[in-house]
Amino acid sequence: MTVAVFTFYFFAITTVTGGLMTVLSRNPVHSVLWLILAFLSSAGLFVLLGAEFVAMLLIIVYVGAVAVLFLFVVMMLDVDFAELKAEMSKYMPLALLIGAVILMQLGMALGVWSFAETSGENLAAPIGETQNTAALGLLIYDKYIILFQLAGLILLVAMIGAIVLTLRHRVDIKRQNVMQQMHRDPAKAMELKDMKPGQGL
Amino acid sequence: MISADIQTVMPEIVLAVYAMLALLAAVYTTKDKMAPLLTWITSGLFVLLAFWISADDSTVSAFDGMYHNDGFARFAKIAILLSAAAVLLMSQGYMQRRGLLRFEYPILIALSVVGMMVMVSAGDLMALYMGLELQSLSLYVVASLRRDSLKSTEAGLKYFVLGALSSGLLLYGASLTYGFAGTTLFFGIMAATADGVSLGLLFGVVFMLAGFAFKISAAPFHMWTPDVYEGSPTPVTAFFATAPKVAAMALFARVVHDAFGGIVGEWQEIVAFLSVISMFLGAIAAIGQRDIKRLMAYSSIAHMGFALMGLAAGTVFGVQAMLIYMAIYVTMNVGTFAFILSMEKDGRPVTDIQSLKSLSKKQPVMALVLLIMMFSLAGVPPMLGFFGKFYVLRAAYDAGLGWLAIMGVVASVIGAFYYLRIVYYVYFGEDTDGLNGKMPGVLWGVAVVTSAIVLLAWVPGINLFGIETIAEAAAQTLVN
Repeated sequence: MTVAVFTFYFFAITTVTGGLMTVLSRNPVHSVLWLILAFLSSAGLFVLLGAEFVAMLLIIVYVGAVAVLFLFVVMMLDVDFAELKAEMSKYMPLALLIGAVILMQLGMALGVWSFAETSGENLAAPIGETQNTAALGLLIYDKYIILFQLAGLILLVAMIGAIVLTLRHRVDIKRQNVMQQMHRDPAKAMELKDMKPGQGL
Repeated sequence: MISADIQTVMPEIVLAVYAMLALLAAVYTTKDKMAPLLTWITSGLFVLLAFWISADDSTVSAFDGMYHNDGFARFAKIAILLSAAAVLLMSQGYMQRRGLLRFEYPILIALSVVGMMVMVSAGDLMALYMGLELQSLSLYVVASLRRDSLKSTEAGLKYFVLGALSSGLLLYGASLTYGFAGTTLFFGIMAATADGVSLGLLFGVVFMLAGFAFKISAAPFHMWTPDVYEGSPTPVTAFFATAPKVAAMALFARVVHDAFGGIVGEWQEIVAFLSVISMFLGAIAAIGQRDIKRLMAYSSIAHMGFALMGLAAGTVFGVQAMLIYMAIYVTMNVGTFAFILSMEKDGRPVTDIQSLKSLSKKQPVMALVLLIMMFSLAGVPPMLGFFGKFYVLRAAYDAGLGWLAIMGVVASVIGAFYYLRIVYYVYFGEDTDGLNGKMPGVLWGVAVVTSAIVLLAWVPGINLFGIETIAEAAAQTLVN
């Protein structure tokens, strides 16, 4: 068993275990942690394929942002999961049936799958000499630059739209004025009084 | 290479950069107080760009064929820019009186015009989708600009949800087309369909046509139109009825001829079907409407049916007829909406057609403008609208779609009823306390100029402003 094969099975088994435990674990926080494990090990699988850019994206975007967001949401939710589970067991036969149907369909689709003769070579040398990041950069910032810029314009419109439709300038609330705060003169704002014991002002 | 490409998209870049600068300028200075000025500048810039584009007469494609600058794109762009400029000019006064004129309004309109310009120039399914979304997203926002009004927010939400659905249909069709043709470039799809069309590709074509039919509000994908027209602020409705329609129609023509030009027989029946349904639905459903904005919505559905008739012909003359029809349609709609924007009673806008009764006694000029516009929309000769219908009917007849032409004539006779009913109300309706507003200067100017165009374009010396030859040249660059 070579190192590559060993690493593949290692990451593959952890991915599947992570996925399985995400569904099975009773505590939702544990579920999210298992999900993060699944993400991390699939990032490892991507590295093995030579797709290091996607692997890094998976770690930065999914583990770094999405999963952590999930974690916060799950921690803040107040859901009685035991009750949910009881509800779910009622529909278990139906769910199993649907699962079996989907599995059968997948089998039918993948059973007739035929690989092109060149697919073996493609797998051996995924993208040739070029680096992943460089290849993506050439596509996004060179070949499809106009589409990329248009996507930027669409996001700009979305931003303007969100502000136009929701922002309300309220005049009846007090706002912080930093300059005014800094220019307050303690001599004018405060007055020191000498208080005698037992007497009020 | 890249600099030549950038040169090709220069008008779009100028407009996009202008929109961003205007946004910054307005945010950092006086915000909404700057809105009237921005509206005028944007409108002026549209006109300048239209002249700039019209000065060019090259046929180039940029970005590896993703972007075309040809006669067809230029014709559509000029129509879009000029109609958008006219609508912006008309809307400034109305929006300001109702306190709706926010500085984002002209900027969003400018960005949606950028989207439309990309749409009509698209040579690739991805560029098409980007342009379409840029356009639609801006329109969703301006539809609900009057955010305290239930109807306006409903219009925006409805438009957004149904628009997203239609984008989904379009994307599904585009992905099928890509899967079966192996490329997203239009000329690649054309080459892939050279020797027959597979079932999967045909599905793709049907889904894409359904998506486009939604964007031009052709029946049976029209359901959003009346509600959105009624709920949006009237200047926004005027905008919906003009520039986006031209853009979506041009995009429709671009896709069916540039990408699927080799399989005319496959889509011709679908387009003819859409055309017949739209013409009849627009003509019959409008009869029951009492709100002039809803009425104009059904009227636009019927007009889209006629424009599709030209497209259904599948010939150079058909595309030419469609372009002429769209140019005429836009002119008529600008004039009609100039009138609708001035419909006021005690300073409040009204849209009920009952309020038009006996208008001729109080405001003879406004009544005459409305008379000319309604006759033209109905297609009464010698108004401009008649020539539009004449061209598309001839295109359909020449292409062997005689039955479609006959259907068109029948539908236009049915449709004439509700246009003429408005004229009847204006001239012979019993005296009621109807409209009593005065027409503001800008609207008056626009209404009179468009009425003059509509009334006098047939005069031999003017000859429809030579649009026939321009449209023919444009159509020839598309269909080859």
